[in-house]
Order: sequence, then C-alpha cells, then structure tokens
Amino acid sequence: MLDNETAVTLADLLDRVAGCKRDGFRFVTCTGLRSGDGIDVIYHFDRDYKMQHLRLHVQPGSELPSISPVYPGAFLAENELQDFLGLKVTGLPIDYHGHLFLTEDAPVAPMLKVVDKNDPGEGK
Amino acid sequence: MAGRIVIPFGPQHPVLPEPFQLKLTLEEEKVVEAVPAFGYIHRGLEQLIEKRDFNQMVFIVERVCGICTFMHALAYCQGIEQLMNVEVPPRARYLRTIWSELQRLHSHHLWLGLLADAMGFESLFMQSWKNREAIMDITEATAGSRIIISTCQIGGVRRDIDAALQGDLRKTLDQIEAELRQIEPVFRDDPTVRSRTVGKAVLTRERAIELSAAGPMLRASGVPQDIRLTGYAAYGELDFQPVTEEAGDNYARIIVRLRDIHQSIELIRAALDKMPGGDISVPVKGNPDGEVVSRVEQPRGEVLYYIKANGTKNLERLRIRTPTFANMAPVVHLLPGLELADVPILVLSMDPCLSCTER
Repeated sequence: MLDNETAVTLADLLDRVAGCKRDGFRFVTCTGLRSGDGIDVIYHFDRDYKMQHLRLHVQPGSELPSISPVYPGAFLAENELQDFLGLKVTGLPIDYHGHLFLTEDAPVAPMLKVVDKNDPGEGK
Repeated sequence: MAGRIVIPFGPQHPVLPEPFQLKLTLEEEKVVEAVPAFGYIHRGLEQLIEKRDFNQMVFIVERVCGICTFMHALAYCQGIEQLMNVEVPPRARYLRTIWSELQRLHSHHLWLGLLADAMGFESLFMQSWKNREAIMDITEATAGSRIIISTCQIGGVRRDIDAALQGDLRKTLDQIEAELRQIEPVFRDDPTVRSRTVGKAVLTRERAIELSAAGPMLRASGVPQDIRLTGYAAYGELDFQPVTEEAGDNYARIIVRLRDIHQSIELIRAALDKMPGGDISVPVKGNPDGEVVSRVEQPRGEVLYYIKANGTKNLERLRIRTPTFANMAPVVHLLPGLELADVPILVLSMDPCLSCTER
C-alpha cells in the first residue's frame, strides 16, 4: 500500500476524481497492475509535491469510465490500460481500442499473462 | 466552409529525431484537429521485470531513454532504496546530482541545436552541438562513457570524481558558459526566432495544470513545479529554486531551457563546492518488498516510477510515466487553431522523446 492511498469503487470513482480536482490536485498518471484475481488501477495525483493515490479494484475485462472529462490529460494513460491489461475505458476523447502502442498482431493484454519465473528468457 | 484535408505529420519528419505521427486535419492552412499515433518504437521494457531481477533492471531502465539515461536509473534506484531502507552516503548523493545536471546540460544543448536546425540556423545548430560535445567529453572523463554511463547503482554510485577531474569539470563549465554567451542572444533576440515563437501556441497556467503538463512545458506557463524542489539527491542542500516564465508560448519554453542551462552550471559548481568526502556506496542485501512511487526531474520534466515488489528478486510491477508522455496532451490541445507552418516549432518546444514515451 502506498502512502496517502484511498480505495475507491467504480460507483464513486468519478466523484472522487472530481474532488481531487476541486482540491487543487494535478493528475500525474494512472497505473494498472494484476492484483489477486483482479486488476488494481491506481490514479496518482500531486499537490505541492505531496502525492495522493486512488486505488480501484476491478475484475479482468471490466469497463470503467474515463476520467478525461475531469482531467483531459489522462487519455493516454487510460489507453495504456486498454493495451496492456485489456480493460475497457468508456468515454475516451481519443480511443485507440487497445492499440495505442501495440500493433494489430501483438499479444492481447500482455500484462495479464501469468509468467513462468523459471523461464530464463532471451539471452541466457 | 473550406474543404478539409488530412496531413500526416510524421512518423518521419525533419524535426522528429524519433518517429511518431500527428494526423492533422486542416482547413486551408489552419489545424482544426490533431490525433497523435504511436507504436513505432514500443519495446515493452516495463514487462522485462518478469525476466530480469531488480538489480539487472537498473541497466534496463537506463535504456528507456538515450538522453536522460542516468536520471532513469536514479529514479529507479531511489525507489528501491526507499523500499529497502537503504541510506545512500552523502558523497554519492552529490555525485548523483552532478551527473544528473550534466545530462540536463547535454539534453538542453541537443534540443537547442535541433530547434536552431528546424528554423534554418545551421551555424547556430553547430555551435549548440559544439558546446554539447564539451559536455559529452567531460561526462566520458568522469563516468567512462558518453551516453549510458551506468554510474548509478542501488546503494550509491559506482565511480567517484577525484580532485583532478573536478578541476577539469570546473574548466568545462567555464567554457560552456562562455560559449553559451555567444549563442544565447540569437535564441533570445533574433527577429526570425521571435516571429516564430513569441505569442505562438500559448498554454495558459490553468490549462497546463489541467492537462498534466510537465517540466519546461509547465514551468513556461508560470507553474513552479520542479521535483528537484523535493530535495532528492543533494538538491535539498543546494538552494534550488525552479525556473519559471509566465507567457506560456514557444518563446517562453526556449527561455526556460536557456535559464535551466545556467542553473545547471551553478548547481554543479555548488555541488562541487559542498561535496563531502567519504564512501560512494553502501552494500545492499536482500530483496525489496512493498510499493513505492519515486520521482525525479528530468530535462523534459517529472518522471514517475511506480514500483511494486514482493520480497523476491523479481518485481511485480514497474510503471514508468515519462514527461513526454505527460506533455502529449497539452500539445494535442494546442494544435487546433495553429497554422501548419507553426506545428514543427510547437512539437519541438515540447522536446519530444518517443523512446521514453513508448518505453
């Protein structure tokens, strides 16, 4: 768990994000990661060099609303969630449909894959 | 209503050292819509945590960018050190500051040269890069190589800068400063430069914050946001204050970087004056555990590293948000309403780094 972290739900995500904006926070980015049987999306904000984080837990394949109507700079980071974790973000001003960075023939949601830690990988 | 046409700006374009594309919808010469396209150089570096242990990842993150490579390693190492409660020796913190500022100097000179070249100032381009060469030479002398210097490690740094090299570094700083005095007036005062930059692509303070701008793009709009002010490495002991300009236009973004260069020179001098003796690293044992966010101010702005570790040698998640990634939204916002001829200078004023953006 990060310092200054608050858990949010899909139902109150946009209200909490709007609250951050009202309180003068700057959106920095969001991070998606596997967490248990689901996915955590952490929204990172900054005000006067103090960070605040909102953590949303969702199931793989979930739809979540874009926070771009509140923070227009968020659309690229949200598109990354679609690329790497297969989440569907609704209401994006520019939607790359899972191909912001990944090509058409790239693996789908590569960060959802469970990795064999004993596989030495390339170059070994 | 005039007919609309779509112009592909990039992926190969004279002002783009790396590939990305802007699909520009134009009405006559005016941009009415801009959509960026990426994916030309995505390497999946974040996911290499699955194959490389947390010590090896220092060398991976250095390769996120070929310009601010040391600062990527610094942001990463600071995060791991926080997770493992490692206290870096004071001398190492100063050495980290010196190499960080050397890379800022080299990055900003690289950018000045590219800007001069884009505006047709061949001699100015060569003068800027001549100055950059002096920085690269002293970087090589102190660190052993010019670009990916690999001096940062978890627990400190790998190399020291002895008294003789400190003297050479001071001489180089004097030389860079003298050369800068020759070329700076052209960037500041030349009528052609001013006509292409003053009042162009104005990003207001409010929009800069709302659009999550970073670095010179944000500070040129009057926002004194610079992660060095948090005091990481030795910045907390060097009387650092962020450089800002108020106009928010292309010209203000040039001036911020010029002033950044002077500030970097002074920061290195101050670091050399105050650098204490002692060890340059501490031994680190065990594996990291927990979650942390680490931030560093790169030449293009704030870089954020989110690290999640689980007590094993492999991290669970590494997320890198680079400054160009943050500055794409402001640029996309600024493009509509701009003349096509002004697009290259706006794009350059962001100082785009696509290797960072796509990782």
